[in-house]
Amino acid sequence: MKVSVQTEDFDLDVECAALTHGRKDIGALASFVGLVRDANDGAGIARMTLEHYPGMTEKSLAEIVEQARGRWDVLDATVIHRVGELKPGDNIVLVVVASAHRGDAFAACEFIMDFLKTRAPFWKKEETPEGGRWVDARESDDVAAEKWKGR
Amino acid sequence: MLKILYFAGLREALGQSSEQLALPGGMGTVGQLHAHLAARGGAWEALAKTKNLRIAVNQQMAAMDAPLNDGDEVAFFPPVTGG
Repeated sequence: MKVSVQTEDFDLDVECAALTHGRKDIGALASFVGLVRDANDGAGIARMTLEHYPGMTEKSLAEIVEQARGRWDVLDATVIHRVGELKPGDNIVLVVVASAHRGDAFAACEFIMDFLKTRAPFWKKEETPEGGRWVDARESDDVAAEKWKGR
Repeated sequence: MLKILYFAGLREALGQSSEQLALPGGMGTVGQLHAHLAARGGAWEALAKTKNLRIAVNQQMAAMDAPLNDGDEVAFFPPVTGG
């Protein structure tokens, strides 16, 4: 399992290759990459800054991955989240899950993202033409995380 | 001593990211600490006004009734918006 909070960019192909290197038991890799959009809530976004809680962030991500391992057949996983200043088109977050079968890989990947969005201590501040603004948490993200309770 | 941390919009509203505070007598829970800090008035009212304020004690999410002990790290922050 790999969890990283970093300012540097990441490469999906490199991370996938690292997960599968030297093993033949992986039948499925599911990945998600989140990027910075150039617009949000009706305003243009020139750039954004990702703040986090050093120490708690890494623990929180590791716990979320552990929860996913407890629910699905996860052989390995990688979670990378960038912090610092980012601009539209930049990568923000990467989740890759390796499993024997696609069902576990898809579900665990979505679960990790849904819980990351609502549990991991990151905050986005957007620079718009009207100035800087902290992004409000979305109710839809809470709903997305809640849906896993009944499964 | 308590180590208290503030993040994101709350950090900006308060104009500081952290402070050390001797655990005042009779302050047994996060909720009592929160009320004590908010009672400083002025910018500190942001602690009471932040919608859905989140709290972590020793880097684990906690509720207002969570107990406090000397040496704890307590963080206050708005709902998270990563990903």
